[in-house]
Amino acid sequence: MLEVSGLRVSYGGINAVKGIDFTVRAGEMVTLIGANGAGKTTTLKALTGLLRPASGSVRYNGEDIVAVPVYQRVKMGIALVPEGRGIFPRLTVEENLDMGAYSRDDSVAAGADRDRVYALFPRLAERRRQTGGTLSGGEQQMLAIGRAMMSRPRLLLLDEPSMGLAPLMVQKIFATIRAIAAEGVTILLVEQNAKLALEICQRGYVMESGEITLHDNVQALLANPQVRRAYLGEDL
Amino acid sequence: MDTFLQQIINGLTLGSVYAVVALGYTMVYGIIQLINFAHGEVVMIGAMVAFTVIGWLAANTTLPPLLIVLIGTLAAIPACVAVGYALEIFAYRRLRNAPRLAPLITAIGASIVLQQLAMMIWSRNPLGFPQIIPNTVYHIEGATITLIQIAIIATSVLLMAGLTFVVYRTRLGVAMRAASQNAQIAGLMGVNVNQIIAATFMLGAALAAVAGVMVGTYYGIAHYTMGSLLGLKAFCAAVLGGIGNLAGAMLGGMLLGLVEALGAGYIGDLTNNVFGSNYQDVFAFLVLIAVLVLRPSGLLGERIGERA
Repeated sequence: MLEVSGLRVSYGGINAVKGIDFTVRAGEMVTLIGANGAGKTTTLKALTGLLRPASGSVRYNGEDIVAVPVYQRVKMGIALVPEGRGIFPRLTVEENLDMGAYSRDDSVAAGADRDRVYALFPRLAERRRQTGGTLSGGEQQMLAIGRAMMSRPRLLLLDEPSMGLAPLMVQKIFATIRAIAAEGVTILLVEQNAKLALEICQRGYVMESGEITLHDNVQALLANPQVRRAYLGEDL
Repeated sequence: MDTFLQQIINGLTLGSVYAVVALGYTMVYGIIQLINFAHGEVVMIGAMVAFTVIGWLAANTTLPPLLIVLIGTLAAIPACVAVGYALEIFAYRRLRNAPRLAPLITAIGASIVLQQLAMMIWSRNPLGFPQIIPNTVYHIEGATITLIQIAIIATSVLLMAGLTFVVYRTRLGVAMRAASQNAQIAGLMGVNVNQIIAATFMLGAALAAVAGVMVGTYYGIAHYTMGSLLGLKAFCAAVLGGIGNLAGAMLGGMLLGLVEALGAGYIGDLTNNVFGSNYQDVFAFLVLIAVLVLRPSGLLGERIGERA
């Protein structure tokens, strides 16, 4: 579904991503793990078109999408749950969700999807008239995921969904991600919390200083001493 | 004659015009944090185009006066929308990510260009706006209100209600607000942010066109420099209300009109006629200075730190 090859991205004068290759097959859950500053977020920004790659190709369903503007990619089925959640602080919860469906022209079905998001996150339904800025971090993360789902994505990119959340909330968010995957949505998950990410995904790529240094299925990665020492916090 | 009531009426009339113009400043600022100092010239272009159309229709047809003014306004709107769009595309778009001083200077440059163009087209002389609407005068409680004043206030209220509806109840409006809060994320949602910014300029310009017709009809005169001072005052109104805030622009415009009218009405009495009502223009800028010193975010401005 997604094939990235030779992707190089500079960001603020630094080469944040230095020629990486990876693939995500339809229906898969793949994670990109790595330390802060490894280039994970930059990679996602290149996939969504927020940053323009210096070179390399991003093929989505066989088509090179490097030249496709940001606002057209959501219509192709790519949605991002951004780092820091990116809620519109002065739009209501409901308006935030409606923005998620902005690219769709079937308002009736979008309304039904909104009800599904509310069913999934009853807390959002309770707060539908509140502005996004008044929500707690966990509620904002629910809203960000719900908003991304409103576009009916086929490929969902998640950037650090666990960041800044209480453990219980993290569990809930990850359970939700799993449920979304079970519906057939392909998932690329970027996480600093490698343990969590490796637990729910099938394959993983390890990123260090802008390069992919390791990739394998998650069982192999979880068993890899280097990964265990560097990302799972184990003394070996 | 009751000075107080009379000045309230005059102030509301003036304030309505300021409010409509201030909305143009505040919408553009809200979405790209740019003060479009050429906005006043757009008002002037609106008055000029309406002047030409109304003058021609009045001389060559026997249409009812109200219809003539309406056609004049309908002609001014697309002209101003085109100017607003051109400003965005040619003057500001390339400078979207430039240091803030660059688009500011460009705005002043664009304003000079528009003024000079208008001077070349419509001459450097003040043009008498055709007085075709019978200016009926109504007396209330010792003060007077004219038909034109009533029309201006009513039109402004309608425009403000219409704009509020667009911004809060339509798809375009939600996209505008989303883009103003986080343009990148709005793009991710499928919003073509450039289109929304252009639409914002055009919406503001359409309001400016109507304001141009209102000012021309009210003062009975159109001149190629009429936009500068009016634009600056409307800008003061937008800052007074809290720039970037729609309700603020409306409130700021009305308040500024009232302050000006009451100030002009009483300054003679208060200073033993040392200063007269010709000092009217001073009040807008006194208000601007006071706001900047006492409450820089404006009356309804957002407190910093509200962003998530």
